[in-house]
Amino acid sequence: MSAAMLALLVRDLRLAIRHGGQSLMPILFLFAVLILIPLGVGPGPNLLASIAPGMIWVAALLASLLALEGLFRPDLEDGSLEQWWLGHGPAGALVVVRLFSHWLITGLPVILVAPLAAQMLYLPAPALGTLMLSLLLGTPILSLVGGLAAALTLGTNRGSVLLSILVFPMVVPVLIFATGAVDLAADGLSPQAHLGLLAALLILAVTLAPVATTAALRLNIE
Amino acid sequence: MIWKTIKVGFHRLGSPPNFYRLCQRFSPWLWGGFFLCAAVGLYQALYVVPPDYQQGDSFRILYVHVPAAWQAMAGYVVMAILAFIALVWRIRIAEIMAMMGAPIGAAFSVICLATGSIWGRPMWGTWWAWDARLTSMLVLLFIYLGIMGLYSAFEDKRKGARIACILILVGLVNIPIIHFSVEWWTTLHQGSTIRFFGESTMHYSMMPPLVWMTIAVKFLFAAALLDRSRNEILDQDRRRRWVLEHAGVNR
Repeated sequence: MSAAMLALLVRDLRLAIRHGGQSLMPILFLFAVLILIPLGVGPGPNLLASIAPGMIWVAALLASLLALEGLFRPDLEDGSLEQWWLGHGPAGALVVVRLFSHWLITGLPVILVAPLAAQMLYLPAPALGTLMLSLLLGTPILSLVGGLAAALTLGTNRGSVLLSILVFPMVVPVLIFATGAVDLAADGLSPQAHLGLLAALLILAVTLAPVATTAALRLNIE
Repeated sequence: MIWKTIKVGFHRLGSPPNFYRLCQRFSPWLWGGFFLCAAVGLYQALYVVPPDYQQGDSFRILYVHVPAAWQAMAGYVVMAILAFIALVWRIRIAEIMAMMGAPIGAAFSVICLATGSIWGRPMWGTWWAWDARLTSMLVLLFIYLGIMGLYSAFEDKRKGARIACILILVGLVNIPIIHFSVEWWTTLHQGSTIRFFGESTMHYSMMPPLVWMTIAVKFLFAAALLDRSRNEILDQDRRRRWVLEHAGVNR
């Protein structure tokens, strides 16, 4: 089983690297949104600094939606998704691997470019660490919740719009606690409580989301 | 022995023709209960209860607003129970009922938001405030719309229902988290804003119509759920023999 898990992880990462440009699209989209914000609300540093945490997080959220459509669909179309259930061991383990590789490809780069994004919107320097920590705790939740929504909409033709509608209510708490933490850090206060709650959400999502995702995928290939 | 009787009854209820007949028998009673309770409740709410000392007569909208809000939430719990039954025992009637509950719940959320907005305009001076309760009701409405959208996106109704049932159960875990996070969000950002009054601070003379209206709304939900499920079963089974027999078509 662990061989299959490793093989899937290596395959996903290799595909992402070979499709280099495509894998970077969500990051480009993130920057496109971040460039549009000053153009829309004006370049005043004070205003931008005060809305920076929320805007960076909303942009990250929208960017994460982009890559979800292709999370399981190619595997469903070429039939390899069914093999997950035909092989040895639980298919849920492969679902977890797929979600993890998805986070490595779409979530991790967001954390890495966060300093640049923070500079663009004049986020106060002390808040940068908290922003990156909140992204580190929050982006895996986006992948998990997004993966669940992708699995639910897999059998439909017009999945992508529906997918965003399904994701939106589920990520409300993530957005609240993540931006709350960064806001507090920007004001020089301790963001520990918010980050703690975000970590709790992550643990809950890691525990429950793959189970529901596996069940939804299972129903879709039946 | 008792267990066996329950099981047999359960399965008998799960058969579409039996369920259809049962709905047909119960539905008029539920509608009757609704009209009776609503008539008593609305009469009391509009004529018996004295005007509020601060809000005058405009508070009376709460007799529609609060029962609708409660039912929007209670309706979700009913759907979640049905979804659980549908997923565990694969009972088709439960799937259909869970799906048919979503538009009713969404309608109650809309009623709650609309009446709240109408009340808020003269009282708060605004149609909308980013208050915790308003926001979580809005999110609940979107969850309902998501369930309806997901169900309708599938060609195969049974498959769509089963997958939407998973979403209902996911929402059951999510809704309390959303509710409390939103509550914390507003208290952190704005301090305590104007709130709806808690029940304990409500004068006892205002209570009876609220009780009547709450019961009325429960009847309305049950009646609408049974009628909608009945229609859906009839629609889905329109080629089956029992429906044709019921409609008096001879083949």
